[in-house]
Amino acid sequence: MQIRTEWIGLAAAALLAAAAGWFLLPAPRPDATGPDARAAIGKGDYVLTTTAGTPFTAASLTGHPSAVFFGYTHCPDVCPTTLGDITQWQEALGPRQGALRIWFVSVDPERDTPATLADYLSWSEGITGVSGTRAETDKALTSFAIYARRVGDDADYTMDHTAYVMLFDRTGDFVETIGYQEPIEQALPKLIRLLD
Amino acid sequence: MLKTLTLCALVALAPPAFAHQPVTAGGLELTHGFTRATLPGAEVAGGFVTIRNTGATADRLTGGTAPFARAVELHEMSMQGDVMKMRRIEGGLEIAPGTVLELKPGAEHIMFMGLTQPLEEGKVVDVTLTFEHAGPVVVPLHVLEPGAKTGKH
Repeated sequence: MQIRTEWIGLAAAALLAAAAGWFLLPAPRPDATGPDARAAIGKGDYVLTTTAGTPFTAASLTGHPSAVFFGYTHCPDVCPTTLGDITQWQEALGPRQGALRIWFVSVDPERDTPATLADYLSWSEGITGVSGTRAETDKALTSFAIYARRVGDDADYTMDHTAYVMLFDRTGDFVETIGYQEPIEQALPKLIRLLD
Repeated sequence: MLKTLTLCALVALAPPAFAHQPVTAGGLELTHGFTRATLPGAEVAGGFVTIRNTGATADRLTGGTAPFARAVELHEMSMQGDVMKMRRIEGGLEIAPGTVLELKPGAEHIMFMGLTQPLEEGKVVDVTLTFEHAGPVVVPLHVLEPGAKTGKH
């Protein structure tokens, strides 16, 4: 039911954006074409690189539960807030959190080199940065049905982007999302279900 | 390190132990100024302050300067569904007589672009905000933890 509500939210966001004439990238969304589209989330042939220097592909989501968040290091509000929330989830999960892999995928690979990402995430434990070429990043955005759009032409541009955390089970199937600033009382049961 | 940060986050849930001495300039009263400690290598940061216009005439916040940033801009963050949108505000922000402009996370805020140094939690940094009528006003911002949502008690 929660998911359904989020899909409606997504649809509303898409309609709003379309109404205002904004360019939507990418086109496929979780609410677009039903169960098949949902099963395809996170799948695809994108090849990105982690801050550890290893490849990040759809296969990286298998073998363990994952949480995937899309952001960028020039992000003043949502990204630091969400990273802070994630560390609180980790603390609350205690030893169980070791089973969870957390990926921070850059929507701004032009500025977020693997080295920049590694530095940005150096204070955290268990959050792996992911970056890649623009072409592979765009493929990943489409695969995960993530909206991301550059705003501004100068060097100080910002990025509009989907701000939720996506949860995947150990087979790599999309399960549900944790919304931006969703209270830990709601986020934690989702994570515990995922890890059980 | 993780524990330290989390501890900081928990401590921050308690009322911040700093005085909110208002800064006044003409009819303007500025309070609750804060910013956030930056993550390693971060090049931008948000600034937040509450501005009350106790005067009889409208004023307009047009921008500012900060010794630790290449540029100071005004931005508006909004959530549309699950999508975060960030827009630069052109032409400044009006503060009508008797109203309060609250620059806060998730809404209109100050944006420091091109940080020349990291912002360290626990410190206080001075920034200069520029108003159409009140002119330049120096306001101290307390540097809170990276995820701080409010500078209020």
